[in-house]
Formats: sequence, C-alpha cells, structure tokens
Amino acid sequence: MREIHSNEIVDCLEKLFIDANINLSQSVLECFERSIEKEESPAGKEVFRELIKNALTAKEENMPICQDTGLAVTFIEIGQDVHIAGGNLIDAVNEGVRRAYSKGYLRKSCCHPFTRKNTGDNTPAILHTRIVPGNKVKITVLPKGGGSENYGEVRMLTPSQGWEGVKAFVLEMVNKGGPNPCPPIIVGVGIGGNFETSALLSKEALMEPLGKRNDDSAIGALEIELLEAINKTGIGPQGYGGTITALDVHIKMMPCHIASLPVAVNIQCHAHRIKEAIL
Amino acid sequence: MELKRIKTPLDEKTIRELKAGEKVFLSGYIYTARDAAHKRFIDTINEGKELPIDIKNQVIYYCGPSPAPPGKPIGSCGPTTSSRMDAYAPKLLSLGLKGMIGKGKRSQAVKDAIKQYQGVYFGATGGAGALLSKAVISSTIIAYEELGPEAVVRLEVKDMPLFVINDIYGNDLYEMGMLQYKR
Repeated sequence: MREIHSNEIVDCLEKLFIDANINLSQSVLECFERSIEKEESPAGKEVFRELIKNALTAKEENMPICQDTGLAVTFIEIGQDVHIAGGNLIDAVNEGVRRAYSKGYLRKSCCHPFTRKNTGDNTPAILHTRIVPGNKVKITVLPKGGGSENYGEVRMLTPSQGWEGVKAFVLEMVNKGGPNPCPPIIVGVGIGGNFETSALLSKEALMEPLGKRNDDSAIGALEIELLEAINKTGIGPQGYGGTITALDVHIKMMPCHIASLPVAVNIQCHAHRIKEAIL
Repeated sequence: MELKRIKTPLDEKTIRELKAGEKVFLSGYIYTARDAAHKRFIDTINEGKELPIDIKNQVIYYCGPSPAPPGKPIGSCGPTTSSRMDAYAPKLLSLGLKGMIGKGKRSQAVKDAIKQYQGVYFGATGGAGALLSKAVISSTIIAYEELGPEAVVRLEVKDMPLFVINDIYGNDLYEMGMLQYKR
C-alpha cells in the first residue's frame, strides 16, 4: 500500500487550476494557428488571430485566458493500492480549489441556485473519482465556463432513432447555441450507459486530445462525419460566419439498456483548459 | 480587415455609420453590468428612482471580470452571453443607452429596439479576456460593489477590438455570416 499525503493533493490541485486557467495548451494553440489558414471567412480568420494573441497575452501577463474561470471540474483516478493519509480527499480537493482561485486571481463563479449568493471561494469542486488498478493518483482538471456548459443536454432517444437520431440531436444543439457558447467549439458526445452515465461520457469525451480519433474506427468515422456536418452550418468562429464552427468532435460510447438510447451533448468553448498530473 | 476608430459617448452620426460586420476599435468610458446589475437597474427605474449612472449615449459592457492582480487595472475581462440581458435592454435603450457590448444572439425585441432608438450591439471576442484587458486603462467601481464580479464598473478603454453585430438598419452579423458560409 502506497501512502500519499492529502497535502500533496491540495498542492497539486492549486497548481493545476492556476496553470490550466492561464496557460493554454500548446495543442490548442497549434490548432488555432492551423485554423487561420483553413478558415475561409476574413472575420473568422481575425477571430483566430485574436485568440492566439489572447493566449500569448495571458501567458505574458500571468492572467486567465478567459474571465470565466469556470466551475472547478476535477477528475481523480485513484489506484486501489493507494492510501490517502492526513485528511480526507474531498476536503483536500476543495482546499486546492480555494487556494488556486484566491492566489491565482481567478473569478469565483459558484453560487446558490436560487438566491444566487456566491459561495465565495469557487467550492465545492465538481469532483468525479474512480478507483483504478495500481498505486498512483491521476488528477485532471477542466475548469469549465458557464457559457458553453449552458448548451449541453441529455436526451433519451428511442433505439429506432439510431445514429441518424444522434446526429440530428447534436446538430440541433450546435445550431441552438450558435454564437453563444463561444465557437469554435469542441463537442463531446456521450452515447449509451444510462441517463447519468451518458452525461459523464460526454464530459470525458471533451478530455480526449484534439485530433485523436476514437480507438474503434467505426466510431472514429462517425466523429469525422459529425465534425464535417457541424462545420457546414456556417456558424463559424464567434458565430461571425465561417467554415470552422468546431475544432473537434469526440464520441464516447458504452452499452445501454435494450429499451434505451441515451445521448448527451456537452459543448466546450475554444478556451479549452485542461491540465493533468500524476502523483 | 479595414479598421475604424470610434469614441464614447456615441453620437448619432457615429451610430448611423456603423454597419454589421465591421471591425471597430472603441475608446472612451464604458460601464460593466451583467445579470444582477441589470435587475437592479430595472427595479430602480420601476421605483421611479435615478440610476447610479447616466446612461444617455453611453455603452454598457456585459462583463464580469476576474479579480485584478496587483498593479493591474483589471483582470481578464471578456464578454458574457448577452441574451440573459435581453429582458432589460429595450427599456435601457428607450432611456438613451446607445451601445451594448457582449457576445451571442439578441432577441427580436432587442433588435427592434436597436432600430427604434438608434443604438448598436457590438460583439467582443468571447474567451479573449486577457487580450481585452490590455485595452483597459483604468477602472472605477461606480455601484453595487457588494455584487463582486457583477458590480457596475466604469472602464476607460483604448482601442477595444469589437465587431458590429446589430446595426440600426436591421442587419445582423450572425445571420449574414451564417447564411454566407452555410454549405
């Protein structure tokens, strides 16, 4: 049994959330650079130039890429041979979030659903844990803004609707969002499982590297089919019209009930902030 | 792209010359206000009291910035989704507000009010909060400080990069752009 002190988790969360919010990943930046060439609309090209300038400014000024530094979405895979000592995991995660959002001058965007009173420190984190084999702890953070999250939905399709039903649903959501979720977007599609699993799959789909296709080549082909269909909508960068509405589409799928076809769509804005660490 | 520089307060001539799809650089004073501040504005108007700012010919920016790091006038300060302010915007336009800055589609009622009261809706690039912060020279809290990121703050901006989305002629960049590139 390997022991990991809860303070290590606090420190790790603090660093990851500050880093994710300030330093856009190289892979996203490179995707913007390629997109300037690929995008056909002059306004769309200009948006990509602004996004590159923005990412570089954020790094130079040590300032968040976007003022909406999101809810603190955190995924932790805990090896079953690890013992967390010195305090409980949930408190450690929330303390890491609290420190990151205070020390990093990040916006606290978490509030009571009805009174709208801010919790003041961006806690509680949205924490997903999973027990996995091994003696390591893998932490992935995905600060997620409200603008893009508002255009997600879970829908229980009927099995007869099949792939065409899934495709129509995804396109409906992209068109409904239009310029609002800050395109160019990344689309996560969760198919199968049950009601809540499909939603989680759609979020996990957003964590796949840009440009990576599903290991199942048939699903990979559907990702490309969806991406092409989304980029024909004409919405374009920021909705100003153009040929790049989405940077990528990822599908995660698992078996479902014989009576069901659960589908979830989760939309990510271009400020695709994700960082991970292994303890 | 062709560059155009404009200043606040917005006069009628400036507004008449703005066309959907143009990129402009805005300088002068603008005021941040989002969900909670708008609700208070409208409550104040309904109570027959005076607003904390004179909105005549002014520009409101739908923005809730991140906290200012030491030595900087403001943190990251990109736009928030404008549609949440649609319920309030026509009233403010009727009282002399000229410009709104945000991101995303407006309701037909807001577009009609833009035509009727001769206003304009600008888009700032959503998610480009660090870049937009470079256009801010100074910031002063004007009202509702207790709302934190939702307080009304006067920003002095220089060459803030914007696109004209809705003009007084009824044009809408989102509709025009999408139509042009739809395949």
